[in-house]
Amino acid sequence: MLAKEIERAGIPAVYVTSLPTVATMIGANRIVRGPAITHPFGLDEDERRRIVERALAMLEADVEPNTVWEVE
Amino acid sequence: MKAVHYLNQFFAGMGGEEQAETPPTRLDGAVGPGRGLAAALEGVEIAATLACGDDYFAEHEDEALAALLEMLAEIEPDVLVAGPAFGSGRYGYACARFAAAAAERGIPAAAAMHADNPGVAEAGAAYVVPTAVNVAGMRDALPRLGALASALASGREVGSAEDEGYLVRGFRRNYVAEKTGAERAVELLLAKLGGETRTEVGGDMDRVEPPPAVADLSAALVALVTEAGCVPQGNPDHLQSVRAQGWFRYDLGDADTLASGRYESVHGGFDVTLANEDPNRLVPLDTVRRLERDGRLGRVHESLYTTTGNGTPVVVATRFGQEIAGELRDAGVQAVLLSGT
Repeated sequence: MLAKEIERAGIPAVYVTSLPTVATMIGANRIVRGPAITHPFGLDEDERRRIVERALAMLEADVEPNTVWEVE
Repeated sequence: MKAVHYLNQFFAGMGGEEQAETPPTRLDGAVGPGRGLAAALEGVEIAATLACGDDYFAEHEDEALAALLEMLAEIEPDVLVAGPAFGSGRYGYACARFAAAAAERGIPAAAAMHADNPGVAEAGAAYVVPTAVNVAGMRDALPRLGALASALASGREVGSAEDEGYLVRGFRRNYVAEKTGAERAVELLLAKLGGETRTEVGGDMDRVEPPPAVADLSAALVALVTEAGCVPQGNPDHLQSVRAQGWFRYDLGDADTLASGRYESVHGGFDVTLANEDPNRLVPLDTVRRLERDGRLGRVHESLYTTTGNGTPVVVATRFGQEIAGELRDAGVQAVLLSGT
Protein backbone atom coordinates (compact mmCIF):
# COMPACT_ATOMS: atom_id res chain seq x y z
CA MET A 1 0.00 0.00 0.00
CA LEU A 2 2.95 2.31 0.65
CA ALA A 3 4.19 1.78 -2.92
CA LYS A 4 0.79 2.62 -4.33
CA GLU A 5 0.32 5.79 -2.31
CA ILE A 6 3.85 7.04 -3.05
CA GLU A 7 3.24 6.48 -6.76
CA ARG A 8 -0.14 8.16 -6.46
CA ALA A 9 1.81 11.21 -5.26
CA GLY A 10 3.74 11.07 -8.55
CA ILE A 11 7.03 9.65 -7.22
CA PRO A 12 8.16 6.42 -8.92
CA ALA A 13 8.58 3.74 -6.24
CA VAL A 14 9.98 0.27 -6.75
CA TYR A 15 8.85 -2.37 -4.28
CA VAL A 16 11.29 -5.20 -3.60
CA THR A 17 9.49 -8.18 -2.07
CA SER A 18 9.58 -11.95 -2.19
CA LEU A 19 5.77 -12.01 -2.46
CA PRO A 20 5.14 -10.25 -5.78
CA THR A 21 1.69 -11.85 -6.13
CA VAL A 22 0.47 -10.06 -3.05
CA ALA A 23 2.12 -6.83 -4.21
CA THR A 24 0.38 -7.10 -7.57
CA MET A 25 -2.94 -7.73 -5.93
CA ILE A 26 -2.85 -4.65 -3.77
CA GLY A 27 -1.94 -2.56 -6.80
CA ALA A 28 1.81 -1.89 -6.66
CA ASN A 29 3.11 -1.07 -10.14
CA ARG A 30 6.89 -1.48 -10.00
CA ILE A 31 7.77 -4.76 -8.32
CA VAL A 32 11.10 -6.61 -8.15
CA ARG A 33 11.09 -10.12 -6.76
CA GLY A 34 13.53 -10.47 -3.87
CA PRO A 35 15.03 -13.85 -2.98
CA ALA A 36 13.32 -14.50 0.37
CA ILE A 37 10.97 -13.10 3.00
CA THR A 38 13.76 -12.99 5.54
CA HIS A 39 16.20 -11.14 3.24
CA PRO A 40 14.57 -9.38 0.27
CA PHE A 41 17.89 -7.69 -0.59
CA GLY A 42 19.93 -10.88 -0.55
CA LEU A 43 22.51 -12.28 1.81
CA ASP A 44 25.70 -10.73 0.53
CA GLU A 45 26.78 -7.50 -1.15
CA ASP A 46 27.15 -8.98 -4.63
CA GLU A 47 23.63 -10.31 -4.58
CA ARG A 48 22.38 -7.05 -3.08
CA ARG A 49 24.09 -5.04 -5.80
CA ARG A 50 22.29 -7.06 -8.49
CA ILE A 51 18.91 -6.62 -6.81
CA VAL A 52 19.39 -2.88 -6.26
CA GLU A 53 20.58 -2.40 -9.85
CA ARG A 54 17.49 -4.23 -11.10
CA ALA A 55 15.28 -2.03 -8.91
CA LEU A 56 16.99 1.14 -10.14
CA ALA A 57 16.54 0.00 -13.75
CA MET A 58 12.84 -0.34 -13.04
CA LEU A 59 12.72 3.24 -11.76
CA GLU A 60 14.32 4.28 -15.06
CA ALA A 61 11.67 2.43 -17.06
CA ASP A 62 8.12 3.34 -18.04
CA VAL A 63 6.08 0.36 -16.96
CA GLU A 64 2.56 -0.98 -17.30
CA PRO A 65 0.53 -1.28 -14.08
CA ASN A 66 1.44 -4.29 -11.89
CA THR A 67 4.75 -5.10 -13.57
CA VAL A 68 6.99 -7.68 -11.89
CA TRP A 69 10.67 -8.03 -12.76
CA GLU A 70 12.90 -10.90 -11.78
CA VAL A 71 16.55 -10.42 -10.84
CA GLU A 72 18.75 -12.02 -13.47
CA MET B 1 -17.81 -38.14 4.08
CA LYS B 2 -14.18 -37.13 4.32
CA ALA B 3 -12.50 -33.79 4.82
CA VAL B 4 -8.85 -32.80 4.53
CA HIS B 5 -7.69 -29.95 6.76
CA TYR B 6 -4.78 -27.65 5.82
CA LEU B 7 -2.71 -25.93 8.54
CA ASN B 8 0.59 -24.09 8.69
CA GLN B 9 3.52 -25.40 10.70
CA PHE B 10 2.51 -23.43 13.78
CA PHE B 11 -1.08 -24.61 14.06
CA ALA B 12 -0.03 -28.16 13.16
CA GLY B 13 2.16 -28.10 16.27
CA MET B 14 5.45 -28.44 14.39
CA GLY B 15 6.97 -25.19 15.62
CA GLY B 16 7.04 -21.44 15.13
CA GLU B 17 9.00 -19.26 12.73
CA GLU B 18 12.06 -21.48 13.06
CA GLN B 19 10.04 -24.24 11.34
CA ALA B 20 8.56 -21.96 8.65
CA GLU B 21 10.63 -23.75 5.99
CA THR B 22 8.91 -27.11 6.63
CA PRO B 23 7.80 -28.71 3.35
CA PRO B 24 4.31 -30.23 2.93
CA THR B 25 3.65 -32.98 5.45
CA ARG B 26 0.73 -35.36 5.90
CA LEU B 27 -0.57 -36.07 9.42
CA ASP B 28 -3.30 -38.54 10.34
CA GLY B 29 -6.70 -37.29 11.45
CA ALA B 30 -7.45 -33.95 13.05
CA VAL B 31 -4.64 -31.86 14.57
CA GLY B 32 -4.71 -28.64 16.63
CA PRO B 33 -7.65 -26.46 15.55
CA GLY B 34 -8.82 -29.47 13.51
CA ARG B 35 -10.17 -31.00 16.71
CA GLY B 36 -12.51 -28.06 17.20
CA LEU B 37 -13.36 -28.12 13.53
CA ALA B 38 -14.18 -31.83 13.72
CA ALA B 39 -16.76 -31.07 16.38
CA ALA B 40 -18.35 -28.49 14.09
CA LEU B 41 -18.60 -30.79 11.06
CA GLU B 42 -21.83 -32.70 10.43
CA GLY B 43 -21.44 -36.14 8.93
CA VAL B 44 -17.89 -35.34 7.85
CA GLU B 45 -14.70 -36.76 9.33
CA ILE B 46 -11.24 -35.21 9.04
CA ALA B 47 -9.31 -37.97 7.32
CA ALA B 48 -5.98 -36.21 7.29
CA THR B 49 -4.27 -32.92 8.08
CA LEU B 50 -1.83 -31.47 5.55
CA ALA B 51 0.68 -29.00 6.94
CA CYS B 52 3.27 -26.75 5.32
CA GLY B 53 5.64 -24.06 6.58
CA ASP B 54 4.56 -20.52 5.64
CA ASP B 55 7.95 -19.52 4.24
CA TYR B 56 8.30 -22.80 2.34
CA PHE B 57 4.95 -22.24 0.64
CA ALA B 58 5.72 -18.61 -0.21
CA GLU B 59 9.17 -19.34 -1.60
CA HIS B 60 8.46 -22.66 -3.33
CA GLU B 61 4.85 -22.22 -4.26
CA ASP B 62 4.81 -24.47 -7.32
CA GLU B 63 6.51 -27.38 -5.54
CA ALA B 64 4.40 -26.94 -2.40
CA LEU B 65 1.14 -26.83 -4.33
CA ALA B 66 2.08 -29.84 -6.44
CA ALA B 67 2.94 -31.90 -3.35
CA LEU B 68 -0.21 -30.84 -1.50
CA LEU B 69 -2.44 -31.57 -4.50
CA GLU B 70 -0.88 -35.00 -4.88
CA MET B 71 -1.64 -35.80 -1.23
CA LEU B 72 -5.15 -34.48 -1.73
CA ALA B 73 -5.69 -36.67 -4.78
CA GLU B 74 -4.61 -39.76 -2.82
CA ILE B 75 -7.13 -39.06 -0.06
CA GLU B 76 -10.01 -38.07 -2.38
CA PRO B 77 -11.85 -35.95 0.17
CA ASP B 78 -15.35 -34.52 -0.24
CA VAL B 79 -14.12 -31.15 0.95
CA LEU B 80 -10.88 -29.29 1.70
CA VAL B 81 -10.84 -26.95 4.69
CA ALA B 82 -7.95 -24.48 5.12
CA GLY B 83 -7.11 -22.42 8.19
CA PRO B 84 -8.37 -20.33 9.91
CA ALA B 85 -5.44 -18.07 9.09
CA PHE B 86 -6.88 -14.94 10.76
CA GLY B 87 -4.71 -11.91 9.85
CA SER B 88 -1.56 -13.81 8.88
CA GLY B 89 -0.66 -12.84 5.33
CA ARG B 90 1.60 -15.74 4.41
CA TYR B 91 -0.63 -18.37 6.01
CA GLY B 92 -3.76 -16.82 4.48
CA TYR B 93 -2.10 -16.73 1.10
CA ALA B 94 -1.15 -20.43 1.34
CA CYS B 95 -4.66 -21.39 2.48
CA ALA B 96 -6.22 -19.43 -0.37
CA ARG B 97 -3.90 -20.73 -3.09
CA PHE B 98 -4.33 -24.34 -2.01
CA ALA B 99 -8.11 -23.99 -1.69
CA ALA B 100 -8.32 -22.29 -5.09
CA ALA B 101 -6.26 -25.07 -6.71
CA ALA B 102 -8.44 -27.76 -5.11
CA ALA B 103 -11.62 -26.01 -6.26
CA GLU B 104 -10.21 -25.83 -9.78
CA ARG B 105 -9.82 -29.61 -9.65
CA GLY B 106 -13.42 -30.13 -8.59
CA ILE B 107 -12.81 -30.57 -4.85
CA PRO B 108 -15.06 -28.15 -2.93
CA ALA B 109 -12.90 -25.98 -0.69
CA ALA B 110 -13.41 -23.50 2.13
CA ALA B 111 -10.73 -21.38 3.79
CA ALA B 112 -11.08 -19.03 6.75
CA MET B 113 -9.25 -15.76 7.40
CA HIS B 114 -9.72 -12.09 8.20
CA ALA B 115 -11.50 -10.13 5.45
CA ASP B 116 -8.41 -7.89 5.01
CA ASN B 117 -6.03 -10.83 4.64
CA PRO B 118 -4.35 -10.55 1.22
CA GLY B 119 -5.15 -14.24 0.72
CA VAL B 120 -8.82 -13.40 0.24
CA ALA B 121 -8.25 -12.20 -3.30
CA GLU B 122 -6.33 -15.39 -4.16
CA ALA B 123 -9.07 -17.85 -3.26
CA GLY B 124 -10.52 -18.08 -6.76
CA ALA B 125 -13.60 -20.29 -6.75
CA ALA B 126 -12.99 -21.49 -3.17
CA TYR B 127 -15.09 -20.07 -0.35
CA VAL B 128 -13.60 -17.84 2.36
CA VAL B 129 -15.25 -17.59 5.76
CA PRO B 130 -14.34 -14.29 7.48
CA THR B 131 -12.75 -14.46 10.92
CA ALA B 132 -11.39 -12.10 13.55
CA VAL B 133 -7.91 -10.70 12.95
CA ASN B 134 -6.20 -13.01 15.46
CA VAL B 135 -6.50 -16.40 17.06
CA ALA B 136 -8.89 -15.10 19.71
CA GLY B 137 -11.54 -15.55 17.02
CA MET B 138 -10.99 -19.32 16.75
CA ARG B 139 -14.02 -20.33 18.76
CA ASP B 140 -16.27 -18.06 16.75
CA ALA B 141 -14.82 -19.11 13.40
CA LEU B 142 -14.85 -22.91 13.64
CA PRO B 143 -18.65 -23.46 13.82
CA ARG B 144 -19.20 -21.23 10.78
CA LEU B 145 -16.35 -22.83 8.86
CA GLY B 146 -17.60 -26.29 9.84
CA ALA B 147 -21.17 -25.52 8.74
CA LEU B 148 -20.07 -24.28 5.31
CA ALA B 149 -17.63 -27.19 4.87
CA SER B 150 -20.36 -29.69 5.79
CA ALA B 151 -22.69 -28.12 3.24
CA LEU B 152 -19.98 -28.28 0.56
CA ALA B 153 -19.18 -31.92 1.35
CA SER B 154 -22.84 -32.90 1.18
CA GLY B 155 -23.15 -31.40 -2.27
CA ARG B 156 -25.99 -29.13 -1.20
CA GLU B 157 -26.35 -26.02 -3.33
CA VAL B 158 -24.69 -23.16 -1.47
CA GLY B 159 -26.64 -19.91 -1.28
CA SER B 160 -25.44 -16.32 -1.43
CA ALA B 161 -22.45 -14.99 0.49
CA GLU B 162 -24.76 -13.03 2.74
CA ASP B 163 -26.97 -16.02 3.55
CA GLU B 164 -24.17 -18.55 4.05
CA GLY B 165 -21.64 -16.34 5.79
CA TYR B 166 -18.73 -16.34 3.34
CA LEU B 167 -16.97 -13.45 1.62
CA VAL B 168 -18.19 -12.37 -1.79
CA ARG B 169 -16.19 -14.25 -4.43
CA GLY B 170 -16.90 -11.95 -7.33
CA PHE B 171 -19.10 -14.45 -9.18
CA ARG B 172 -22.54 -13.45 -10.35
CA ARG B 173 -25.11 -16.16 -10.38
CA ASN B 174 -28.45 -15.73 -12.10
CA TYR B 175 -31.48 -16.04 -9.89
CA VAL B 176 -35.08 -14.92 -10.00
CA ALA B 177 -35.48 -11.92 -7.75
CA GLU B 178 -38.75 -11.26 -6.02
CA LYS B 179 -38.74 -7.61 -7.04
CA THR B 180 -37.93 -5.99 -10.35
CA GLY B 181 -34.75 -3.99 -10.95
CA ALA B 182 -36.74 -0.75 -10.84
CA GLU B 183 -38.17 -1.53 -7.44
CA ARG B 184 -34.80 -2.57 -6.05
CA ALA B 185 -33.12 0.55 -7.47
CA VAL B 186 -35.70 2.77 -5.80
CA GLU B 187 -35.13 0.93 -2.52
CA LEU B 188 -31.38 1.52 -2.79
CA LEU B 189 -31.98 5.20 -3.56
CA LEU B 190 -34.28 5.59 -0.56
CA ALA B 191 -31.73 3.82 1.62
CA LYS B 192 -29.03 6.18 0.37
CA LEU B 193 -31.18 9.22 1.10
CA GLY B 194 -31.60 7.74 4.56
CA GLY B 195 -27.83 7.67 4.97
CA GLU B 196 -27.11 4.02 4.13
CA THR B 197 -25.27 3.38 0.88
CA ARG B 198 -25.72 -0.15 -0.45
CA THR B 199 -25.05 -1.75 -3.81
CA GLU B 200 -25.80 -4.99 -5.59
CA VAL B 201 -22.61 -4.64 -7.64
CA GLY B 202 -19.28 -4.36 -5.82
CA GLY B 203 -16.75 -1.82 -7.05
CA ASP B 204 -13.41 -2.62 -8.64
CA MET B 205 -10.06 -2.47 -6.86
CA ASP B 206 -8.51 0.97 -6.65
CA ARG B 207 -5.59 1.29 -9.07
CA VAL B 208 -2.88 3.92 -9.55
CA GLU B 209 -1.24 4.74 -12.87
CA PRO B 210 2.54 4.23 -12.67
CA PRO B 211 4.33 7.60 -12.78
CA PRO B 212 6.75 7.96 -15.68
CA ALA B 213 10.36 6.80 -15.36
CA VAL B 214 12.97 8.83 -13.50
CA ALA B 215 14.75 10.81 -16.19
CA ASP B 216 18.20 10.89 -14.61
CA LEU B 217 18.90 8.86 -11.50
CA SER B 218 22.43 10.20 -11.30
CA ALA B 219 20.93 13.56 -10.41
CA ALA B 220 17.95 12.28 -8.40
CA LEU B 221 17.18 12.37 -4.70
CA VAL B 222 16.35 8.77 -3.74
CA ALA B 223 14.61 7.76 -0.51
CA LEU B 224 14.66 4.44 1.34
CA VAL B 225 11.34 3.24 2.73
CA THR B 226 10.61 -0.11 4.33
CA GLU B 227 7.74 -2.18 5.67
CA ALA B 228 10.22 -4.61 7.24
CA GLY B 229 10.12 -3.12 10.75
CA CYS B 230 13.71 -1.77 10.67
CA VAL B 231 14.43 0.53 13.59
CA PRO B 232 17.44 1.75 15.56
CA GLN B 233 18.65 -0.89 18.02
CA GLY B 234 16.40 -1.06 21.06
CA ASN B 235 13.37 0.24 19.15
CA PRO B 236 13.31 3.64 20.91
CA ASP B 237 9.87 4.61 19.57
CA HIS B 238 8.26 1.24 20.22
CA LEU B 239 7.27 0.38 16.66
CA GLN B 240 4.81 -2.52 16.87
CA SER B 241 5.83 -5.94 15.55
CA VAL B 242 2.31 -6.53 14.22
CA ARG B 243 -0.61 -4.25 13.31
CA ALA B 244 1.58 -1.15 13.40
CA GLN B 245 -0.07 1.97 14.72
CA GLY B 246 2.26 4.30 12.89
CA TRP B 247 5.43 4.84 10.91
CA PHE B 248 8.71 6.49 11.86
CA ARG B 249 11.36 8.64 10.21
CA TYR B 250 14.98 8.07 11.20
CA ASP B 251 17.88 10.29 10.24
CA LEU B 252 20.56 8.23 8.52
CA GLY B 253 23.22 10.88 9.12
CA ASP B 254 26.42 9.98 7.29
CA ALA B 255 26.11 6.24 8.02
CA ASP B 256 27.25 4.19 5.05
CA THR B 257 25.65 0.96 6.20
CA LEU B 258 22.82 -0.27 8.43
CA ALA B 259 25.19 -1.86 10.90
CA SER B 260 24.21 -4.86 12.96
CA GLY B 261 23.92 -3.78 16.58
CA ARG B 262 22.85 -0.29 15.53
CA TYR B 263 19.72 -1.30 13.65
CA GLU B 264 17.37 -4.24 14.02
CA SER B 265 14.02 -5.45 12.72
CA VAL B 266 11.08 -5.82 15.08
CA HIS B 267 8.84 -7.36 12.42
CA GLY B 268 6.77 -10.12 14.04
CA GLY B 269 5.83 -11.91 10.85
CA PHE B 270 9.08 -13.65 9.97
CA ASP B 271 12.28 -14.91 11.55
CA VAL B 272 14.51 -11.82 11.83
CA THR B 273 17.75 -13.68 12.63
CA LEU B 274 19.28 -13.15 9.18
CA ALA B 275 18.04 -9.55 9.03
CA ASN B 276 19.58 -8.68 12.37
CA GLU B 277 22.91 -10.22 11.39
CA ASP B 278 22.97 -7.64 8.60
CA PRO B 279 20.08 -5.14 8.41
CA ASN B 280 21.21 -4.18 4.87
CA ARG B 281 19.44 -7.39 3.85
CA LEU B 282 16.20 -5.50 4.49
CA VAL B 283 17.22 -1.91 3.67
CA PRO B 284 20.24 -1.84 1.35
CA LEU B 285 21.94 1.30 2.67
CA ASP B 286 25.44 -0.12 2.09
CA THR B 287 24.77 -0.66 -1.61
CA VAL B 288 22.97 2.61 -2.29
CA ARG B 289 25.73 4.55 -0.52
CA ARG B 290 28.26 2.89 -2.80
CA LEU B 291 26.13 3.76 -5.84
CA GLU B 292 25.84 7.32 -4.53
CA ARG B 293 29.65 7.56 -4.34
CA ASP B 294 29.95 6.05 -7.81
CA GLY B 295 27.57 8.67 -9.19
CA ARG B 296 24.93 6.13 -10.21
CA LEU B 297 22.51 7.91 -7.84
CA GLY B 298 22.31 11.62 -7.18
CA ARG B 299 21.81 11.62 -3.44
CA VAL B 300 20.32 9.34 -0.79
CA HIS B 301 17.57 11.10 1.16
CA GLU B 302 18.62 11.92 4.72
CA SER B 303 15.80 9.94 6.35
CA LEU B 304 14.77 6.31 6.41
CA TYR B 305 11.00 5.80 6.60
CA THR B 306 9.90 2.63 8.34
CA THR B 307 6.87 0.73 9.52
CA THR B 308 5.88 -2.88 10.08
CA GLY B 309 3.84 -4.42 7.28
CA ASN B 310 2.25 -7.24 9.23
CA GLY B 311 -1.50 -7.57 9.64
CA THR B 312 -1.96 -3.88 8.87
CA PRO B 313 -5.52 -3.19 7.66
CA VAL B 314 -5.69 -1.74 4.15
CA VAL B 315 -7.15 1.58 5.28
CA VAL B 316 -4.39 2.06 7.85
CA ALA B 317 -1.59 1.16 5.42
CA THR B 318 -3.10 3.55 2.89
CA ARG B 319 -2.99 6.35 5.43
CA PHE B 320 0.68 5.59 6.28
CA GLY B 321 1.43 5.65 2.57
CA GLN B 322 -0.26 9.01 2.06
CA GLU B 323 1.53 10.56 5.03
CA ILE B 324 4.94 9.29 3.97
CA ALA B 325 4.33 10.24 0.35
CA GLY B 326 3.46 13.79 1.46
CA GLU B 327 6.77 14.16 3.30
CA LEU B 328 8.76 12.70 0.43
CA ARG B 329 7.11 15.03 -2.05
CA ASP B 330 7.76 18.06 0.18
CA ALA B 331 11.41 17.01 0.48
CA GLY B 332 11.76 16.83 -3.29
CA VAL B 333 12.36 13.08 -3.40
CA GLN B 334 12.29 11.85 -6.99
CA ALA B 335 12.49 8.08 -6.59
CA VAL B 336 11.83 5.55 -3.82
CA LEU B 337 13.33 2.17 -3.04
CA LEU B 338 10.81 0.34 -0.89
CA SER B 339 11.30 -3.04 0.73
CA GLY B 340 8.74 -5.42 2.12
CA THR B 341 8.87 -8.97 3.35
